Amino acid sequence: MQHDSIGYWKATLALIRNVLIVWFVVSYGFGILLAPMLNNISLGGYPLGFWFAQQGSMYVFVALIFYYAKAMGKLDEKFDVHEE
Amino acid sequence: MSLQGITYLVVGLTFALYIGIALWARAGSTKEFYVAGGGVHPVLNGMATGADWMSAASFISMAGLIANMGYGGSLFLMGWTGGYVLLAMLLAPYLRKFGKFTVPQFVGDRFYSKGASTVAVICLLAASLTYIIGQMTGVGVAFSRFLGVSNTTGIFIGMGIVFMYAVFGGMKGITYTQVAQYCVLILAYTVPAIFISLQLTGNPLPQLGLGSDMVGSDVALLTKLDQVVTELGFAKYTTNTRLSTLNMFVYTVSLMIGTAGLPHVIVRFFTVPKVKDARASAGWALVFIAILYTTAPAVAAMAQMNLLKTITPGIVAGTVDVTASDAQIKYDDRPEWMKRWEVTGLLKFEDKNGDGRIQYYNDKNKDPKFAAAGWEGNELTVNRDIMVLANPEIAMLPNWVIALVAAGGLAAALSTAAGLLLAISSAISHDLLKEKFMPDLSEKGELLAGKIAMACSILVAGYLGLNPPDFAAGTVAIAFGLAASSIFPALMLGIFSRTMNKEGAIAGMLAGLGVTMLYVFAHKGLFFINGTEFLGLFGGKANFFFGIEPNAFGAIGACVNFAVAFAVKRMFPAPPEEIVALVESVRIPRGSKEIGGAH
Repeated sequence: MQHDSIGYWKATLALIRNVLIVWFVVSYGFGILLAPMLNNISLGGYPLGFWFAQQGSMYVFVALIFYYAKAMGKLDEKFDVHEE
Repeated sequence: MSLQGITYLVVGLTFALYIGIALWARAGSTKEFYVAGGGVHPVLNGMATGADWMSAASFISMAGLIANMGYGGSLFLMGWTGGYVLLAMLLAPYLRKFGKFTVPQFVGDRFYSKGASTVAVICLLAASLTYIIGQMTGVGVAFSRFLGVSNTTGIFIGMGIVFMYAVFGGMKGITYTQVAQYCVLILAYTVPAIFISLQLTGNPLPQLGLGSDMVGSDVALLTKLDQVVTELGFAKYTTNTRLSTLNMFVYTVSLMIGTAGLPHVIVRFFTVPKVKDARASAGWALVFIAILYTTAPAVAAMAQMNLLKTITPGIVAGTVDVTASDAQIKYDDRPEWMKRWEVTGLLKFEDKNGDGRIQYYNDKNKDPKFAAAGWEGNELTVNRDIMVLANPEIAMLPNWVIALVAAGGLAAALSTAAGLLLAISSAISHDLLKEKFMPDLSEKGELLAGKIAMACSILVAGYLGLNPPDFAAGTVAIAFGLAASSIFPALMLGIFSRTMNKEGAIAGMLAGLGVTMLYVFAHKGLFFINGTEFLGLFGGKANFFFGIEPNAFGAIGACVNFAVAFAVKRMFPAPPEEIVALVESVRIPRGSKEIGGAH
């Protein structure tokens, strides 16, 4: 069991890390740090950096949570720690 | 029917709806009363969380601030939604598995000390009280317009109604009431946005309208807005950073981790049936929140456009030069909505150059063209908190839409204020009095203490709301900073560090909260009382720490918290073995128990 719970926790942290990378890139990356550069590209009437800051990042956030919930559900089953 | 009559009618109907549902649900089951969300479909639970979360700051204040800040306002949008990702992954499932009711209880048990839980109560009170000051500011705006009275009177009336609402309601705990509040609130926000988006861009979806061309031209709305505001001397709407890139970055961090540390939001995830549900329900909550939050930037830009169109129609149409003598409307020809808002004192006109016209521009911009035209300063002051409520009036939408927005603003302000007051009252009466000082306090005494705590909080918040430290959303941002610097790190360390001991956690919370309060009070006055600012101690320059404004300082406070916690940890013994075992069990979903009954 000990080995299993270590593996489960490692896998959990890896998943969290991956989600956080995307989370960081769309908001702090595209929305703030790279926004001035991305603003040279336009998406319809939106400058792209501005779009990420005021629209795009939020859509990605929603998708990320559902992805995380689903992936965690799979991990729970794989390591046999899910709720009955 | 007159506008005032319709407003009373719509507000009255929505309140009748909430009370009706509350009575119906109360009769149905007592358990539902205590365990919000138990056995409720995750989608409905998500709506209820949305109503809980979206306060006067989100509904009334935020879009107005974005209208003023332009791109810089994005920090509110990203900050108040991105935190849900952290909440869903880092806190919600583990706190749910832990299986207690309040944040101080978790902190107390994990750090095996009543002292830790008392410090957590103090942090919670600091954040929640500040939050309510912001709500009171918003409530004051909503009531002053709704009843046609001054802002000050509006706050007094609001205080009374919030008190009744919080004291007589366990209403707050009833999920279905909050679902109804969510529906009213979101309709009130999106219906006028759809109307206005259609008017300006011909696209019914505000999220797309914001990126579309203006009706009857091939110029994009945002391009046009950029052009008009720069002509009036303001910074470009789509690139106007909030102070600096660093400040904007730190501000966003502060709001995100503050979201994940706010007690009244976290509590929602304690009570879902399973760990699995805790993960998904954060997602549903964010879906319903994002409907408002992706509409808000459209509301902001379009409200700003309509405001400019009202005051300087010629410039927006591109037919006259900015400084042409007839570019601005005459004060005597001002539309009805301006007159209605002048009554509240939140919109002011002062004819500085005596030409009878309204000059609205950035008078800090020293472009000689303004002086050459005989302009002697900006003459129109629009309190940013009125923009959303005034928006449908500015766009000349039908009266029922204006009434609906008033009802939505009141729903947002009241539901969140009531939720916060309940969190404060249970923290004081249960976590502090009963657990620490008076263990033999009767249930009746606990209830009474809770009500007294609520009344005091409303008085304090109302008093400070009269001279608020900032606009509603700005004050609320400070509250998030306080939660970010104190509660969020303590919870993270409790879950993700097996070796963190009580000394480290307590020192961390005190240091994080202390340094953040110091920075905020230096700028905004001791306990937000006007005139007690002590910036002089730090060289007298505002934002003296790398140009970071006080509202954004929570992120720095959180870093201090983590650093102090790890430094102090080394000096004291490791936590006992049963605590390490507790942390390990919290990390695994299996074996979670359903939480039932009262606490």
